[in-house]
Amino acid sequence: MSTRIDRRFAALKQEGRAALVTFTMAGDPDADTSLAIAKALPKAGADVIELGMPFTDPMADGPAIQAAGLRALKAGARTSKTLALVREFRKSDDATPIVLMGYYNPIYIYGVDKFLIDAKAAGVDGLIVVDLPPEEDEELCLPALKAGLNFIRLATPTTDDKRLPAVLSNTSGFVYYVSIAGVTGSAAPDAGKVAAAVARIKRHTKLPVAVGFGVKSAEQARAIAACADAVVVGSALVDALCKSLDNSGKAGLGTVKAVTDLVAELAQGVRAARRVAAT
Amino acid sequence: MSAPQPNSFRTGPDERGHFGIYGGRFVAETLMPLILELEKAYAQAKADPKYQQEMDGHLANYVGRPSPLYFAERLTEHLRKTASGLSAGGAKIYFKREELNHTGAHKVNNVLGQIMLALRMGKKRIIAETGAGMHGVATATLCAKFGLPCIVYMGAVDVERQKPNVLRMRMLGAEVRAVESGSKTLKDAMNEALRDWVSNVADTFYCIGTVAGPHPYPAMVRDFQSIIGHETREQMQAAEGRLPDSLIACIGGGSNAMGLFHPFLDDRAIEIYGVEAAGHGLKSGKHAASIAGGKAGVLHGNRTYLLMDDDGQIEEAHSISAGLDYPGIGPEHAWLHDMGRVQFLSATDDEAVAAFQLCSKLEGIIPALEPAHALARVLDLAPSKPKDHLMVLNMSGRGDKDLDSVAAFLESKKR
Repeated sequence: MSTRIDRRFAALKQEGRAALVTFTMAGDPDADTSLAIAKALPKAGADVIELGMPFTDPMADGPAIQAAGLRALKAGARTSKTLALVREFRKSDDATPIVLMGYYNPIYIYGVDKFLIDAKAAGVDGLIVVDLPPEEDEELCLPALKAGLNFIRLATPTTDDKRLPAVLSNTSGFVYYVSIAGVTGSAAPDAGKVAAAVARIKRHTKLPVAVGFGVKSAEQARAIAACADAVVVGSALVDALCKSLDNSGKAGLGTVKAVTDLVAELAQGVRAARRVAAT
Repeated sequence: MSAPQPNSFRTGPDERGHFGIYGGRFVAETLMPLILELEKAYAQAKADPKYQQEMDGHLANYVGRPSPLYFAERLTEHLRKTASGLSAGGAKIYFKREELNHTGAHKVNNVLGQIMLALRMGKKRIIAETGAGMHGVATATLCAKFGLPCIVYMGAVDVERQKPNVLRMRMLGAEVRAVESGSKTLKDAMNEALRDWVSNVADTFYCIGTVAGPHPYPAMVRDFQSIIGHETREQMQAAEGRLPDSLIACIGGGSNAMGLFHPFLDDRAIEIYGVEAAGHGLKSGKHAASIAGGKAGVLHGNRTYLLMDDDGQIEEAHSISAGLDYPGIGPEHAWLHDMGRVQFLSATDDEAVAAFQLCSKLEGIIPALEPAHALARVLDLAPSKPKDHLMVLNMSGRGDKDLDSVAAFLESKKR
């Protein structure tokens, strides 16, 4: 069964370039602004949209994304509203893939079966759930695949060749390679090491490999796009959004533009990359 | 309970770390290989008599074990007087004196085991989270003894209210990092420790302070703390010629309670009580009683009872005792609750402080605020029992660290 994610990566392969995957937090800094940002992302150059599902205790995130989640929660964000955002987005865009990224507890409390039905109906294409390793596949991964959603797994520098097959076994859509052992928004990855890691993962799977954690500039995006199928940028966009807020933490006039300007820059970087990796 | 009773309550967890539906390994992929490595290393250490022998030596000569089982005679008499109107009579109360351990609490039993494991695994750097600071002090102490660098994450709110322990940790050479994220208490300290671990995978050992977190931590910490219950069995046999009739302990994450309870779980005639912190009262919304006021969810690597809102967002816990101020509970406790093997009660801040004062004056033992919660329930359980009922309270820590908190609390009550 082909999903929007599969179709998007197939089309970009035809074009011969990598995808830009953008991460923003659903409901940050408020529901309306967050929807306006999502709607503006494809035109600015985002190929795949990742939306963070706010959680009080994001153990794998650095300060920028932690703060984004808390801003969203303070403005009234909750799982049902994240799904409502996707529904609104889908009214005007049926092509751009949307991946929800977050932690398991809010989904567990929403109810796994109900969540999968509602997410699929809203137009969600895939899920990334940070605290569900393959050891816990029965919780959400297998039901999600059955419901026709992609389940995108993270592979990390600590995932060795022995473990990779387990990590890749129920992965679909794409593989998300976390370029550094650390939290989101840490130091920039070394492009040479990333290329080797991507090549290693590609020996085990035909799925596209996206690379993220620590990518901040167009130049870094270009370097990563040369060796991977997609570049994920999150903390840098969330930081740009944060800087555009007024003193009380509310959206300013330039908030949407602050995000889309950076996305446009990053998209140029991705498009300027010369593909060197054999795909 | 309607759930079928297992043949034994002591065989968990299963190979995937589950106690019934609780427990598990809900962690980021980066940590998964480390957790599997830890599980393997612990299984090997457990099977190595040399590891156990060395630990026994340190437990005897450094920690000061066995800790006494003490007959609290004046407290017993006091409660028998208050029970005089009843036909019952009042139980004979014993304290398991974990507060006499080196560093002043039960925490050291677990830390010793984990630090010795870290050394076996060749780890060069120790991190820990702490709430009241007792686990942080125990970790800093053993890192000093074994010459390892130690970083302790502590919520900024707790750094403020547990200053003596912050000073102790620094004196012992540890670096205390005040955590400013989230609610700035124990759960945020644990988040920050996990973020450190994810960022320093090659050389770092995460020394968790309670029977929670991803498998194998809940089982491993329980094993290290079970010495409390094993000693109690022997000591009660020696003192009274039989096993106790009831056990009672306070529960935050629940390591002191699990340590006392676990060796007795299959002695089904023995009543077992865990006491959660009810803060300002269970109905106030300001408490730390995950069993009484929470529901099953997933946080910090395991499924267990958690305090949260209807969207699954974790709520802040409230207790005068920083050591009980955590919105979750160890997964094995969650299972024992569902099975009906352990009865969970609670005590408010007011009740804990009253018990703290009573114990200090009657027994000359200033308890930590944590076991004072369990003591508060002893005050009404004991009078309802017959005179030949043997009740054991786990005196899990001493109260020096709490003098400022209690003084401030009493002062605020006067106004």
